[in-house]
Amino acid sequence: MQTKPLAPADPIAAYAQRAGGRDEMLDAQGNVKPVWAPFIAHFCGLSPDDVTKRFARGDQYLRDAGVLYRQYDDTVSTEREWPLSHIPVILQEQEWAEIAAGLTQRADLLELVLRDLYGENKLVASGQLPATLLAQNPAWLRPLVGVKPAAKNYLNLLSFEIGRGPDNKWWVISDLVEAPSTAGFALENRVAMTRVFPNHFAGADIHRLAGFFQSFQKTLFEMRGKAGGEIAILSPGQMHQNHAEHAYIARYLGLLLVEGEDLIVQNGRALVRTVAGPKPVTLLWNRLPGALCDPLELDPASLLGTPGLLDALRAQSVKMVNALGSGVLETRALMAFLPKIARKLLGEPLIMPNIATWWCGQPSARDYVMANSPRMMIGSAFSTLPLMASTNVPIDAAQLEHSGAQLVGQESVTLSTTPTYENGSLVPRPLSLRIFMARTRDGWQVMPGGYARVSAGHDAKAFAMQRGGKVADVWVVSGQPVPKSSLIGTTTQREATTRALPSRAADNLFWLGRYVERAERNMRLYRAYVARINDGTAPDAPDAPLPRLLRSMMNDAIPADMAKGFSAPLTHAHRAAAKIGDRFSPDGMMALRDLVSLSNSFHTRTLSPEDLPREISTLLRQIAGFAGLVHENMYNSDGWRFLSLGMSLERASSMASTLAYLTTPTAPDGALDLALELGDSVITHRNRFSIFADPASVLDLLALDDQNPRALRYHITRARRHIAQLPGDQNTHRLTAVARQVLTLETRLATASVTDLTPDALLEIERDIWALAESLTAAHLV
Amino acid sequence: MLYDIRLTLTHRYTQPAANSRHLLRVLPQNIAGRQQLSSHLIDVTPLPDHRTDRSDFFGTALTTVTHADPHLEMTIQMACRVALSPPQTWHDTSPRVPQLLDQVTASRDLAPSSPAHFLGPSHRLAPDNAIAAFARDATRQGETVAETTIRLGKALDDAMTFDATATTVDTPAAQAFAQRRGVCQDFTHIMIIALQSLGIPAGYVSGYLRTLPPPGQPRLEGVDAMHAWVRAWCGAEMGWIEYDPTNGTLVGTDHIVVGYGRDYADVSPILGHLRLSGAPVSKQMVDVAQVGE
Repeated sequence: MQTKPLAPADPIAAYAQRAGGRDEMLDAQGNVKPVWAPFIAHFCGLSPDDVTKRFARGDQYLRDAGVLYRQYDDTVSTEREWPLSHIPVILQEQEWAEIAAGLTQRADLLELVLRDLYGENKLVASGQLPATLLAQNPAWLRPLVGVKPAAKNYLNLLSFEIGRGPDNKWWVISDLVEAPSTAGFALENRVAMTRVFPNHFAGADIHRLAGFFQSFQKTLFEMRGKAGGEIAILSPGQMHQNHAEHAYIARYLGLLLVEGEDLIVQNGRALVRTVAGPKPVTLLWNRLPGALCDPLELDPASLLGTPGLLDALRAQSVKMVNALGSGVLETRALMAFLPKIARKLLGEPLIMPNIATWWCGQPSARDYVMANSPRMMIGSAFSTLPLMASTNVPIDAAQLEHSGAQLVGQESVTLSTTPTYENGSLVPRPLSLRIFMARTRDGWQVMPGGYARVSAGHDAKAFAMQRGGKVADVWVVSGQPVPKSSLIGTTTQREATTRALPSRAADNLFWLGRYVERAERNMRLYRAYVARINDGTAPDAPDAPLPRLLRSMMNDAIPADMAKGFSAPLTHAHRAAAKIGDRFSPDGMMALRDLVSLSNSFHTRTLSPEDLPREISTLLRQIAGFAGLVHENMYNSDGWRFLSLGMSLERASSMASTLAYLTTPTAPDGALDLALELGDSVITHRNRFSIFADPASVLDLLALDDQNPRALRYHITRARRHIAQLPGDQNTHRLTAVARQVLTLETRLATASVTDLTPDALLEIERDIWALAESLTAAHLV
Repeated sequence: MLYDIRLTLTHRYTQPAANSRHLLRVLPQNIAGRQQLSSHLIDVTPLPDHRTDRSDFFGTALTTVTHADPHLEMTIQMACRVALSPPQTWHDTSPRVPQLLDQVTASRDLAPSSPAHFLGPSHRLAPDNAIAAFARDATRQGETVAETTIRLGKALDDAMTFDATATTVDTPAAQAFAQRRGVCQDFTHIMIIALQSLGIPAGYVSGYLRTLPPPGQPRLEGVDAMHAWVRAWCGAEMGWIEYDPTNGTLVGTDHIVVGYGRDYADVSPILGHLRLSGAPVSKQMVDVAQVGE
């Protein structure tokens, strides 16, 4: 291609003008590389309108699949859309094989180094590594020195961040050892891309990713061995930016998702607290920073860990991927020593170099960094972040002299660029590749593609999603057709038995049910209130008997606050659901998210009193849709049972209290009709009884009827059936305390007549329901 | 010098505590040529469901106990006999302070007693400008590391007032220093930060102090509970020396060592974790009786 003037009609020429240095799509002469050509031809054939539609389709897919991350702003954290760059990064199979070879060598090296750092410490004793590099390193966990892991290898899953320099070679930017993140979402990136470019994939010979996950899943099950026990992902919890990915990968691989508080350690064994009692965990895939794993022996400030976990590791009763303490390998300053250590331990140089690094604790290195400061980045020696992602401090000679041992210098590397699509045109942005590797029976296996990070700006400082960086799919293109594989449909490695339900997850499901039901009740109260004010029957409406009664049923809320009666519980419900993302369907999450945003809009929109009832009715239809989803679409597992129990107990107790308010002899006129309205049973009542409600007919329909899904008894019976299915003591014919309580309650309702149900009796029943909920919690949920 | 040491540690909870796990570091160490532990016993009531005894990274005897059932009170009793050898004659062979840093940087040692572990910062101890300024003012250029340590310890003993009510176990060292009041833990933490600010590796020593002084000498501060003091590294030749800043004295045969660490968190006598319970109220009783020469 000849150099042409900027021609907007030719997007590639325009791109070439902007790309200055090394580029992924263009070769040194500015021509599109052959491996990119088919895609570029396809892409350039699309109209801008079509491109927009396709990108939106990909984004929609990711939203629906629950692919997102969390963003922090000071104290609040919010869910953000997954920032997919819709243009792939395309690499030749041959080049990929070279990358894989380099990183496999590095993985083997890291395994040897880690063994030494927690074992014999020969690297320090022989002067290969300075002692202070470990002794002052918060990631080197002293209590684990000399603790031999139960697993054969320290490292089983690794990822690396690599970048291409101006010399066209790939460099390792960072070693991600401790909790390599986002491998799971590489799969979803790929699915989203097939939605964006559906016609391109067939025949494009792009290596598939699912095989990698199959192998890793197999590794995990083989590592656990015949001992049995649970395989769990240890997650930092819902507030972590990658929690959605943890939940996703747990679902995808069929693993248990636990947090530190789900685990207890007894007699040197790690157990997960489940609704059926503690169950042994024999393999943990750790996604927590190592120092946070055990507040007793490691960082005492950690709220995320499990006290005693180190005892279980010491007793070799639980294996960990990767070995606890492996985070020390991420230490930036280690890169200064790895090239020499490779020659010493492997007898060969590193195939793929890492970014040139100098540890300023040594005078010669310090001098070099000072002399070459214009092309150096200086940062903490112990940090595990790539230096380019952090803020650079200007070099201060005195500081370098005084606290050199805490600092490293790294050569700044200009990374190659790759196209992203911004405002209708392709623009070059720096990229780095994240490579995932898993140990299998046949050695390290490298995921063929999947994940590149693309900077938001011209330099490499804006890779982080928190700072606007994007994620691109990486296509490794083969010269020939590639085999298909997907986890979907393969059942061999799945657990046939039902998986244990952690108590915390059950508790969240139980409360999810209660919050949703509470929101529904408060919507109905609010709608009834507004309708009676609108009615105009009373000139001083808010103080008329019925509106006043309704207000007292809403804890004397002032009208302006009444919408909080349902927006707050829905927010809580959404939070509870987010904590158990691995057990709750993306559809359910979406329905909840919609409910939360619609209910919150009651606080921001100005709605006239005439519009309110209709708006609330819309909400009520949505919440009914959610309940339908729960009862029609969820597998009837223990988790579903707790969700359904939460809904039933909340509805039954609120009906008991509603009836106590409204069937009392001193209740104002219209109270009985109000009860039927709140119980959504106006028409049923008309069909079954005379047109006028009396206390007996209302109590019969809303308290004692076992066919009315709004009635007290209906829900107590449902709760009794659920409770009978919960795990209990199988060795005795005696009922559990919870089962006894619910049966007593059901019997009372089954044998009561309407005259027995005085307001006092109803309030007593309400208290009994709360007592039942407490017993249920004590027996299964703590 | 032969001592019988007894410790009773009582933890009382506001609500019954279930599923508790505690780490105990209360047993004196064996230190060749200095301290010899003979008969000893650690007894925990209620009887733990599980108990293990081992040494931690720094060589301190560590007992782990777990209780599954709810209990309102836990008592730990330790009794032992320890023989102390007379201290070796004092020879200051330490280098001047600026020469020390090169020795530490050159260290190829990660054993528990390596100075590399004790350069700071640690979980509990961060550098502090006020303490560093105090350390600069209190010491003299050109003196050896050992001289500097003693001069600094004395200055701290003069500047600070022993006050058992001024701080708690969680008070940061900087705050205790700002109010110039505290107990042995505070004195020790402040002196460690001060020494480290001068480039001298320094660590925390937990242990016991004889209850009754030899005839004619004053009773020492901090005898009613477990005690803490400082150790400072005086170069490869001289090794570690120990100094008690609460009493302004080098450590001799009145101090019995339980363990070494970077700060209190590494050697705290009892470290616990409970589910669903408030903070316990604890009580310590210590008796260190000399029973022979």
